[in-house]
Amino acid sequence: MTCTEFLALLDDLIDNEVGVETRAQLHTHLQGCSHCEVTLSTTRKTIEIYRSHELYDLPAGLRERLHAAIMERCKKGC
Amino acid sequence: MSTIQPVVGELEPHPDVALVAQVRAGDVSAYDTLVRKYERQIFRIAQHITQNREDAEDVMQDAFLKAYEKLEQFQGNSKFYTWLVRIAVNESLMRLRKRRTGKMVSIDEDVETEEGSVPRDLADWAPDPEQNYTQSELHTILEKTIKGLPPGFKVVFELRDVQGLSTEDTAEALGLSIPAVKSRLLRARLQLRERLSRYFRRKKGVEK
Repeated sequence: MTCTEFLALLDDLIDNEVGVETRAQLHTHLQGCSHCEVTLSTTRKTIEIYRSHELYDLPAGLRERLHAAIMERCKKGC
Repeated sequence: MSTIQPVVGELEPHPDVALVAQVRAGDVSAYDTLVRKYERQIFRIAQHITQNREDAEDVMQDAFLKAYEKLEQFQGNSKFYTWLVRIAVNESLMRLRKRRTGKMVSIDEDVETEEGSVPRDLADWAPDPEQNYTQSELHTILEKTIKGLPPGFKVVFELRDVQGLSTEDTAEALGLSIPAVKSRLLRARLQLRERLSRYFRRKKGVEK
């Protein structure tokens, strides 16, 4: 397996969507390729960091304003 | 021979189906439950596309109001959340067009970015690299890093990787094909990785 072939299957590997045989081929490639190993581990870390970090907090009072707007709309007929 | 187990979940209707039915029957509080369930996710999508806090607030409000008004048109065969995301994405794009004075902005254009999808920075990262930064520094790095991505990449990454939607649901919510979602996701992941490497790569001889 070449690095380009590995890269084409990177997402499937991360998302656990590869079959047993392909997984074995990917792991064999990883054992001999530090570049792809770094790409895989740092891509996984990228996802993990974004997943665990709340990037945009909900502004204070927005929920209340939305609720008021829905109730106002409701007066016109729910 | 193993016993055949019933597939849990597949036959049970999604909890949103009952909430939507309650709203249709006139129970506004059921809509509040849906709002509370999805408000953060919708706000984040709007913020990713508009890149503007005020616009994102307006989009969130307009999207939930519009969904409420159009609830009769909601087809039960799609998920309420994917339907809501579609409304929010359209509202966000409209805001963005207004701000950019009519310049066409689309989620489905296949943008060729300079970085492409070939990893170039192949240095390993420090262990737990985010711990070398304060929360505020990390926030700035993550925000700055994702901001530069095309809107379509950001939203696919947000839906698939941050919110955990399936490829199929993401495709449905964004009106994209499954191969298009996959291609954007790969490029989004690799480009974010490449950009974060500048901050997180292991530094020779430096503790940080």
